[in-house]
Amino acid sequence: MKRTSLALEPQTPTGKQPFRFKSGFWQQFLAFGSLIVLLIVFSLASENFFQFSNIVGILLSTAVTGVLALGATFVIITGGIDLSVGTVMTLSAVMTGVSISFWGTPIWVGLLVGILTGALCGCVSGYAVSKLNIPPFIATLAMMMIAKGLALVISGTKPVYFTDAKGFTDISLGSLLGDIFPGFTIPNAVLIFFAAAIIGSLLLTRTLIGRYNFAIGSNEEATRLSGVNVGFWKIVIYTIAGVFTGIAGILIASRLNSAQPALGQGYELEAIAAVVIGGTSLSGGKGTIVGTVIGALIMSVLTNGLRILSVPQEWQTVVVGFVIFLAVYADMLRRKKAA
Amino acid sequence: MKKSLRAWSTASLLLAGVLALSACGSNNNGNGGNNGGAASPEASKPAASNPAASGEKLYIPIISKGFQHQFWQAVKIGAEKAAAELNVEITFEGPETEEQVDKQLEMLQVALDKKPDAIGFAALDSKAALPYLEKAKSSNIPVIAFDSGVDSDIPVTTASTDNRAASALAADKMAELIGGSGEIAVVAHDQTSRTGVDRREGFVKQIEEKYPDIKIVDIQYSGDHLKATDLTKAILQAHPNLKGIFGTNEGAAIGVLNGVAESKMDGKVVVIGFDSGKAQLDAIRSGKMAGAITQNPIGIGYETVKAAVAAIKGETVEKNIDTGFYWYDKNNIDDEQIKAVLYE
Repeated sequence: MKRTSLALEPQTPTGKQPFRFKSGFWQQFLAFGSLIVLLIVFSLASENFFQFSNIVGILLSTAVTGVLALGATFVIITGGIDLSVGTVMTLSAVMTGVSISFWGTPIWVGLLVGILTGALCGCVSGYAVSKLNIPPFIATLAMMMIAKGLALVISGTKPVYFTDAKGFTDISLGSLLGDIFPGFTIPNAVLIFFAAAIIGSLLLTRTLIGRYNFAIGSNEEATRLSGVNVGFWKIVIYTIAGVFTGIAGILIASRLNSAQPALGQGYELEAIAAVVIGGTSLSGGKGTIVGTVIGALIMSVLTNGLRILSVPQEWQTVVVGFVIFLAVYADMLRRKKAA
Repeated sequence: MKKSLRAWSTASLLLAGVLALSACGSNNNGNGGNNGGAASPEASKPAASNPAASGEKLYIPIISKGFQHQFWQAVKIGAEKAAAELNVEITFEGPETEEQVDKQLEMLQVALDKKPDAIGFAALDSKAALPYLEKAKSSNIPVIAFDSGVDSDIPVTTASTDNRAASALAADKMAELIGGSGEIAVVAHDQTSRTGVDRREGFVKQIEEKYPDIKIVDIQYSGDHLKATDLTKAILQAHPNLKGIFGTNEGAAIGVLNGVAESKMDGKVVVIGFDSGKAQLDAIRSGKMAGAITQNPIGIGYETVKAAVAAIKGETVEKNIDTGFYWYDKNNIDDEQIKAVLYE
């Protein structure tokens, strides 16, 4: 262990370190700045926008895709991609439903089953990518279909309801904060999102997992040559992403009080968009959790604001598309400058 | 199970091949006079009489618009019921989403290649399907359209709900429930599909023509439960005086319901839904949803297969089979007639 971390050091030369930090900082600043600008513009455009209930609504609508995006950040930093997060989320939701509503387990067991389902799918994707050498795009595409099919098969193509599990919707919609500070009713889903973000951020910046994650993304071959078991760590990283996906599955199931087996496809693209807007590079080796959180918030502020202004939905999609263009272009410009 | 299915299909394929050959001669006459259109039941006679004679079960593939959605599962139940009663073999398949026009056409192509006795088809895009329907016509395979019509006279009949009339009824109920004036909104499940367009327009037109004091302030689209929830909240945020929302299918309606509940507007906003499903039925029983329009999906499936068999036998079939729709709320939800068409 000691040897590997020693061997890793020349791989991230100290001379380059401040540079990377700086560019990450600017990307975040840019993203954060755009978020503030959006908030101001929408607040001026409609008096109905900047209200406590609406801000809470925006945060709540960010929770599911946000948690998905957290997991996706890990994978994207390795230089990979995970297309399966949308349908694996659905499969996790369905498994939670099967556990609670069909097997009659206590809620906490159901949650565990959901998270484990996500982790298992992530683990399989990771194995396919690292040991079977299937490109991440293809491996996770396959997993996307497998999860989608399984969700339908297991649920019998019917939604699984949680009507008998009292308190299940409170996981998303209850408000612990509101119980403690009356009036400050921020739904639990938002707290879970932020807690997951903090944990994700710690994992990425303070642990070996995070260090190897960046190393693999910057230069996989060099990391391997320096003695790191790249295959193993990749599986770990995909599994972590799977855990986040499982949590998202629980959040969506709890919010809808049901596991909808046909839902989920398309969510992976929203998650990836949030990650990219947040400044994580699709070529790997660079990215932050804070950026992803801001990216996810930008997406939902944008859709919410445009909806409140009653902009036709067709145009909402066009605008979001342009924002992704701009975000990636800004990122490229900056990197060119840095290089 | 699989083996026997393969054996069946191989057998029917062979048989159909022989039939096609033998039918060629007799068909030439038929095709000459076929341009008028209405002759398809007659033209299908030769292909049909043979399997019956040889004791083979008639084979009728049904290509639906989907299979995951509860609604299509109910259509399937109806189709299977008719198949059992009439002793015919059916298959039921459909693409994953209602945007996958291409996938549906592939399924149609495969079904046609199996040389079935008739085909049940719910077109996602009726214009795109035309070449395939022409092909069916030239091979004397009667086509039964269901759920939504096809812009062509090839289908022998169309078994469907009059979605415009159904949504107009929803509009009348909405007007009644909000007292004839105020702001309302629509959450439609889809911008482009025929049912999406018909339900939206049927509702909007009825409100505009009959209720000048009611204003539709917003129309947004999503049949995805979660997205419909978020957009309903945004609509309520933008229009605090909103009195009612109409959700045009199960996903949209449940989204509206969730959005209203999360915005703590329960009881202040009249919610009207479409179709059924457990969540919607529960909401109507508890009064959170004022009521909904239900189609008769089981009837659609049943009538489709029944009409297909009739067409194969060369009986005359009505050009349109209206499978009906009903308004239901907590007062009549347990009536026999309503109960029969609802699904969980």
